Amino acid sequence: MLEIINLKAQIEDKTILNGVNLKVNKGEVHAIMGPNGSGKSTLSSVIAGNEDYEVSSGSITYEGDDLLEMAPEERSHRGVFLSFQYPVEIPGLSVSNFIKTAINEKRKAFGQENISAKELLQLFKEKCELLNIDKEYLSRSLNEGFSGGEKKRNEIFQMAMMEPKLSILDETDSGLDIDALKIVANGVNSLKSSSNSIILITHYQRLLNYIVPDFVHILKDGKIVMSGDKSLAHKLEKEGYSFLN
Amino acid sequence: MKIEPKISEDILLDEVTSKEYKYGFTTNIESEKIEKGLNEDVIKFISKKKNEPDWMLDFRLEAFKVWKEMEEPDWANINYPKPDYQDIVYYCAPKQKKKLNSLDDLDPEMKRTFDRLGISIDEQKRLANVAVDIVMDSVSVATSFKEKLAELGIIFCPISEAIQKYPELVKKYIGTVIPVRDNFFSALNSAVFSDGSFCYIPKGTECPMELSTYFRINEAGTGQFERTLVIAEEGSYVSYLEGCTAPMRDENQLHAAVVELVAQDSAEIKYSTVQNWYPGDKNGKGGVFNFVTKRGICHDNAKISWTQVETGSAVTWKYPSCVLKGKNSIGEFFSVAVTNNFQQADTGTKMVHLGENSKSTIIAKGICAGKSNGSYRGLVKIAKGAKNSRNFSQCDSLLMGDKCGSHTFPYIEVDNKSSKVEHEATTSKIGEDQLFYCNQRGIGTEEAVALIVNGYCKEVLNKLPMEFAVEAKKLLEISLEGSVG
Repeated sequence: MLEIINLKAQIEDKTILNGVNLKVNKGEVHAIMGPNGSGKSTLSSVIAGNEDYEVSSGSITYEGDDLLEMAPEERSHRGVFLSFQYPVEIPGLSVSNFIKTAINEKRKAFGQENISAKELLQLFKEKCELLNIDKEYLSRSLNEGFSGGEKKRNEIFQMAMMEPKLSILDETDSGLDIDALKIVANGVNSLKSSSNSIILITHYQRLLNYIVPDFVHILKDGKIVMSGDKSLAHKLEKEGYSFLN
Repeated sequence: MKIEPKISEDILLDEVTSKEYKYGFTTNIESEKIEKGLNEDVIKFISKKKNEPDWMLDFRLEAFKVWKEMEEPDWANINYPKPDYQDIVYYCAPKQKKKLNSLDDLDPEMKRTFDRLGISIDEQKRLANVAVDIVMDSVSVATSFKEKLAELGIIFCPISEAIQKYPELVKKYIGTVIPVRDNFFSALNSAVFSDGSFCYIPKGTECPMELSTYFRINEAGTGQFERTLVIAEEGSYVSYLEGCTAPMRDENQLHAAVVELVAQDSAEIKYSTVQNWYPGDKNGKGGVFNFVTKRGICHDNAKISWTQVETGSAVTWKYPSCVLKGKNSIGEFFSVAVTNNFQQADTGTKMVHLGENSKSTIIAKGICAGKSNGSYRGLVKIAKGAKNSRNFSQCDSLLMGDKCGSHTFPYIEVDNKSSKVEHEATTSKIGEDQLFYCNQRGIGTEEAVALIVNGYCKEVLNKLPMEFAVEAKKLLEISLEGSVG
């Protein structure tokens, strides 16, 4: 599904990713862990197509195509979803209108008709139940006045609505209390299938108790320095990043 | 509140077309117009052409006399070449080619403008509870639903017709809210106004449909001087929509309208405007100069709401105002003003509190893009006798890019201690992070801008009647095309 080869990226003159290699197959869950400033969020931004970052070398292939050639919205249409670490607020734009627009833009890109009101309402109902969300929230302004936890849950709600093939969850666990974490993890688990993949970016092992990864990678100084199975996360939790030195 | 007028399209169509015929537009394609320039003879010509009574001519001549002594104001935050008032044609009546068999036979250019806005004439026909009065170059050519309204005693007709049929009403109210000498442009309008709308709602009557007028400048080089008078008698209600569209023109066109509203005791008038005059091209060439005077007077317990979405014109000078004369009267002003490219707008409102317990609310949203300049200018005046009156003002500006300018000029005068005035102002920019967030969800940048802008304007757009809100949203999108990225 996704293959990253020797990816180097910088912001302004500062190199942040320094030769990342990563291969994610269909149906796999990968966790990327690492200390602050190791380049985790940069990696997710580059995959999503944030133009603040400049890719200086390397490649990202998605479903056999050059992902770096695609505009951010095209990546989205093709099924790449980023759950933002800091979701932005758009005053006056309702959650439902935003999601409806996102779904219809994707449909338009594939020459499909807009989603019918009936279908959309059904989908809203289903996914609200999945994530234990009050339907009233659909009419609120996007992320405006949301608590940290609400924002994160809103990201996963959008993920559920858009049914992406590759989801990148950038520190979705931060700011969530334990109950909210369980709800979000449950939601993610139920969206998991043999045909989609998930990249979890996290500081803590905590989330991985609920969403069990197939692979754990440790990112340090812009490189993946170690990979393993979920036991690596436990080791990290116990010993801290110092054991890498 | 609304009744469903079961009038079929065919009847409406027939009515519209026969009305056009009735006004005598028969064979000529060309407009009938007079020589350029303004003098007493021109005014007499206009008045005679319209078969006006002497008092109307006297009103015009008096206004002309006053106007000649006035100076064109220059305090607004706008720059434009002052028009040569002797180089303007002051009367022009369109003539239809032939009797129209259907609305589809309308001028294709006009139709295209309507279509682009998503409000084609066809759609308007289907909007069965909207009565449409189309004003093309000064003379009304179509009026519909008049009979329906007449049953309730409601008068909705071109003001030229009202002068003939209801002279006592027009004479009683015209120039009472906006006196002839109020300002340079209102004086000019009073001297030369061509046509406009007249609306009268009798005591205790709730007008069952939105009254709607479409204005359009049709003939290059013709100034348009609309005159509108809305009178809501005691305890009555009316919602009035005014929409303006103009096709592309190379030369500047002057527009100086006057709108007067009278809300008697316990009456309510909602006046909504979507203004889309030609703004000039991307290089600032051409476009309409829009100098409008709009004011309403509220008697005891009366309410006037102005809602406007201003996207057009090269230059806008416009301050829809309320004189809150009566006790417990309410004035509201909800505005979205968009400027792009080289457009300039100096717009806002005046809320003059005279009555006790009078209240006013101002929500003004400015959006500036390109190299444009947008200013909010608002006066809140609370007179000594307006005890316990209140005002709340909120002025927000949204900037797109770094070459535009946004300014706020609030004037607050409070002459008693029991009143309360609040003013809030914010300035924001559309963030790269907001755009990227939308992009990541598959929403392209143009569409994202439209979503963000519509969200920003929501409070105001929500005040518009629904079919108008749809049009206004499209207009915002069209106006801001290409302004980001």
